[in-house]
Order: sequence, then structure tokens, then C-alpha cells
Amino acid sequence: MNSKIGYLLALAALLVLPLAIYPVFLMKLLCFALFASAFNLILGYGGLLSFGHAAFFGGAAYVTGHAIKVWGLPTELGILVGAGGAGLLGVAIGMLAIRRQGIYFAMITLAMAQMVYFLFVSAPFTGGENGLQGVPRGTALGLIDLSNDLAMYYFVLAIFVLGFFIISRAVHSPFGQVLSAIRDNEARATSLGYDVDRYKLLAFVLSATLAGLAGATKTVVFQLASLTDAHWHMSGEVVLMTLLGGLGTIAGPAVGAGTIVTLQNYLASGPLGAWVPVVLGVIFVVCVLAFRRGVVGEISALIKKSF
Amino acid sequence: MTLFNKFMATTSGLVLLASAAAAEISGGAVKIGLLTDMSGTYSDVAGSGTVTAAEMAIEEFGGTVAGAPIELLTADHQNKADIAANKAREWGDTEGVDAFAELVTTSVALAVFEVAKQQNKIALVSGAASSPLTNDACIPTGLHWTYNTRALAVGTGSAIVKEGGDSWFFLTADYAFGEALQRDVTAVVEAEGGQVLGAAKHPFPATDFSSFILQAQASGAKIIGLANAGGDTINAIKAANEFGVIAAGQKVAGLLVFLSDIHALGLDTAQGLLMTVSFYWDLNDETRAWSQKFFEKTGRMPTGVQAGTYSAVRHYLKAIEATGSDDTDTVLAKMREMPVNDMFAQNGVLRTDGRMVHDMYLAEVKKPEESSAPWDYLKIVRTIPGEEAFGPLSESTCPTK
Repeated sequence: MNSKIGYLLALAALLVLPLAIYPVFLMKLLCFALFASAFNLILGYGGLLSFGHAAFFGGAAYVTGHAIKVWGLPTELGILVGAGGAGLLGVAIGMLAIRRQGIYFAMITLAMAQMVYFLFVSAPFTGGENGLQGVPRGTALGLIDLSNDLAMYYFVLAIFVLGFFIISRAVHSPFGQVLSAIRDNEARATSLGYDVDRYKLLAFVLSATLAGLAGATKTVVFQLASLTDAHWHMSGEVVLMTLLGGLGTIAGPAVGAGTIVTLQNYLASGPLGAWVPVVLGVIFVVCVLAFRRGVVGEISALIKKSF
Repeated sequence: MTLFNKFMATTSGLVLLASAAAAEISGGAVKIGLLTDMSGTYSDVAGSGTVTAAEMAIEEFGGTVAGAPIELLTADHQNKADIAANKAREWGDTEGVDAFAELVTTSVALAVFEVAKQQNKIALVSGAASSPLTNDACIPTGLHWTYNTRALAVGTGSAIVKEGGDSWFFLTADYAFGEALQRDVTAVVEAEGGQVLGAAKHPFPATDFSSFILQAQASGAKIIGLANAGGDTINAIKAANEFGVIAAGQKVAGLLVFLSDIHALGLDTAQGLLMTVSFYWDLNDETRAWSQKFFEKTGRMPTGVQAGTYSAVRHYLKAIEATGSDDTDTVLAKMREMPVNDMFAQNGVLRTDGRMVHDMYLAEVKKPEESSAPWDYLKIVRTIPGEEAFGPLSESTCPTK
């Protein structure tokens, strides 16, 4: 009940925020929050450290950009095609990767993501180094003109809420419980009769699709898809966001993403301009050393202890 | 008394004039938003040096133009197009920025072009190199100042063939950019009567160039063209040095090399390298004086990108001074009308496709014994006329030219 009130408060805040804060920045924040939340589904609840999520994020970004710009699909459909494409990519990579655990799983996902990255560097439709630029924002449902930043913001917010709702439903469903059981003790889950591989694959594909949804939305917001989205730095960044916010908590990754994106954005024009990577690195080290459960993890642990 | 009255009348007239002019300036200030790479690959080529260069241009005007203060906003785009797009849009929407400057790396320039087109703001591109910025991807308000890949490829290619380097072998980075560069240069070399003996594609990025350099040596070509950039070029030059390519009589031509790269490599390694530059600090008294001032502020001699940023910002402010307005279309028309004359460019012409046409220079890296002072790295072999380097306007595929 308490968490429901919390969500409603957060939603209310998100509805009025663009009046105070620059909406394009908020949209970026929401996209990365969704990306980190999707990643958290597989790392926090499935216990699988994927080091290749940029492939889904960037892959969907390119597919959506191409679908809207070249094929001329309407915006919503373009985003769905992008997310679907990321899902298919998730099936292909997931089938191979979930056969291994731990560091091997991470390495396979990284290797596959690098292959996808290389494809984007060389394929003609991505524009290579220059990226896919000038993607039109179009209209929402053919009615609302998305070139207006405020309209675009509420469109992105709707997608974020939908994605977040799917994640939170998945985590709290029996499926999510089984997933946690597999994370904590895979052998026992197998002995209880669960087909562990199928659960893992489903979680992986779900996470990939939602990461794709985030990437696709980002393409529409910024009207471009670039190699940055598919680079392994992006895979690293999302790990950082998730760990910073709180692994295995529902709201944690969103908080982590908010922190990182805000820092990147505001440090960029300050006197620390040249030190953004260093500052982020220091924050990560402090987080790992001092509060390992992440911001939200520590806070909820504190609340549990005090009440 | 009459003298006093006259004086008063003139001053009040001036004040009136100034306030009238200031009224033409949106938001009461001329704001320039400079986006560059402060911490990544291009921080030496562009980076904080471009901020210094822009500040030097603003100082020349005493910090005000047409009665309004000039403000410079800067940000590190971290080579990410989305950060650049976000920042540019924010600056345009909330800060009332009138022009964007520098924009190193093409993905960033293209992203900011999109914003500049929607908000009808001027984009003064210096660091990005791609020719499409003034061809297919051009926008009416996007000005490409310093150089482009065509000028580098075509300038270097044709100039070297004219100097007798008529057989080529390429080391090409195996992705779209490298292939495009090789294609451009090949076309020019063949048009000038030279021949291309072959090419070796290397992975991108690559660290070990030994097998590729051996292929290039075995080809017997007079010129080894480096159709790559950044770390790849540096590694290839190092390998060429280790295998004694220059000593054996072949020459290496870098297609995208900057003064800062030569500084990093050292003359021992880089000697004999041919490269096309848009600017060199030791060209004449004017460039030496300006570069000396730049050196005092930064401890480095300026690259072409940095000098070009100065020139672009200065010309933009000159146009505002002349028109007394910062309205995009008014300023743009004035910028096109006035020739660009400063220490960077002589009689530079701003074309309708956004290209600023000025002379380029083919340079050779000096031998260590030829260099008499720190940063004395290049000797100018040939001045490439602007028209030849950038091609005629009729060649431009810009739809709004």
C-alpha cells in the first residue's frame, strides 16, 4: 500500500516536472531510467551480468530510426518495430549466452554485442561514424504533433510508465519469484522441476525488448541514433547506473540513471567539464566501497532497520 | 558653451544609437554556445584550445558588440551526439543562444545542424571534417569553416601527384570513413595521371601495422597514403618509421593529421610526412603574432581547428557589428557579403552551401635537424588555392545552395 502511494507521488511529480525542468533533459532521463530498469530485471532479479545490453539499446535505436526515416512508418509503430527487433536480437544472443554462467555469460554477451557494434560501424544504413541523423519525430497516434517538446515529454512518460509497469509486474509475479529462486540457488530450482533455461531466456528477452524500447524512444527524442548507443561503454554505463541506484530494487536503477545522466549533463558545462569520466569513476568507487546496496538499497535497508 | 552643447548632443546621440542597436540584439546579449570535446580523442585538436580561441575573438571586440555584451557558453559533448543535441537544444530554448560554434566530430555537427535548422540559429562548424556538411546534409544556416575531407583528400592527393608522387598504396581503415577517403583520393590521383598500385585494409582500430607496412613497402609505390584517422594514423606512422620507410625512399601521406599529432609523435618519428593543413602558426607575421598570444594562454601552438574557431567567431561578430542586429538571416547575409580577412584566411568566401572557401597548404614535416625551435614542425610545400581544395560550388550537392 505504501509503495502504491509512493508511485502515485512519483507519477504526479513527473507530470508537473517539465514545467520546472527542461523537458528534453527529462526525456533523456526517462529513457535511461527505463534502460537501467530493464537491465536490472536480468541482473538484479535474474543474477545474470549481461555486458552487452548496448546491443539492444543501440540496435533498437537504429532500427527505429531507419523505420521512421526511410520506411516512413508512424512514430509509435517505428518504436514498436525497434523494440521488437531488440527482442529478436535478445532471443539470438540469449539462446547462446544463457548456457553459461558468471564471467562466461558476461563475456559471451560482450562478444556478441561487439559483433553487433561492428555491424553498425560497417553497415551502410547506419551512417557509420556519422550516425543516423534527422529522424522526424512525427505525430502520436496521428493527432498530437511531437515536435512540441512538452507533447513529446508526455509521450515518453507514457512509454516509461508502461515499461516500468511491465517490469514491476514481472518482478512481482510468480515468474519473478522463480527468477529470484534461480538467482539464489539454481540447482534447487532445477530440482523443484523448473525449466531453468526457459526462465532465464524469457527474462533475457524481456529485458532486451524493454532496453530496446528505451533506445527506440531515445532515437525519437533526439532524432538521431549514433554509435555511442551501441558502444560497450553504454553497456558499462548501464551497469554503473544499476549498481549506483540499487541492484534488485524496483526504483533503484531509475534513481541511478537519474544521477548519472544529471551529472553528465550538468558537469559538461561547468568548470569540471574535462573531468566528467573521472568524477563518475570516483562516485562508482565510493558507491562500491561505502554503500554496496546502492542509494535506494541503503535507504530501504535503513527503513527496515528503524521500523 | 556651444562646444559643450555640441559635445552633449553628440554623446546623447551616441547613447541613443547604442540603445537602438542594443534593442536589435535578442535578449540584450550576443550568446555563442561552444560545444567541443574537452576530455576525449579530439581534446588536443579542438578541446579547451577552441574555447581560448573564441575568447580571443571576443576580446578583440572588447567583450561587447553593437552595444550588447558577448557571452560565451561552453560544454563538453564527450563525443556523444545525443549530449550535443540535448545541450544545443537547451541552450537555444532556455538561454537564448544565437549561434553554436566549433562542434568537433561529424556526428555532433550533424546533430546540432538538426537543432540549428529547427531553431533557425547559425552553426559555425570548425572541427568536424565530413564533406556532407556542405553537401547532402547541408542546412541554410550551417557554416563549415576550417576544412573538410574533400579538401584534405583532394588537396593532398592532387598536390602530391603534381610534386611527382604518381604511384600510391593505401593503408585503409576498414569502415565507411576509411573507404570513402580512399575512394576520394584514388579518384584525384587517377585524374592527375597517377596510379594506385593497391590497398591494404586494416581493422579499425588497429595497433599492429607491421604486416600492412610490409605490404606497402613491397608494392614499390612512391607514396603510402593513410586513409585513416586518430590513433590509427599515429600507429601507422610509428610503424612506418620502425620499418625505415622514409629512409628507403618512400613517402607517407597522412590524410587526416593535425599539428598536435606531430607534437605527440615527435619529429624523429614523423619526419618526411606529407599532410594538408588549413593553418600553420608559422605562415606569416600575423599568424605568428596571434599564435604567440595563444601559446601564452595555453602553452601550445594552435591547430587549424582552433584558429578556425577564432576566425569563425570573429567573422560572426563582425557581421553583428556591421548590421547592429543578431537576427540570424540579417547576420548570415552580411557574413556572406563580407570577405573573410583575418590571420586565418585571406579573402575567404562564404558560399551559399555553407562552405567557407580559403587557401589550404600542403606541408611536409621537418627533419629534426631542420627544426630550430619548439613547435617548428612543418614546412609549407605548396599553397592549394581554395577553389581547387574545396571544389566549385557547382559540384556541391547541397539542395539549398
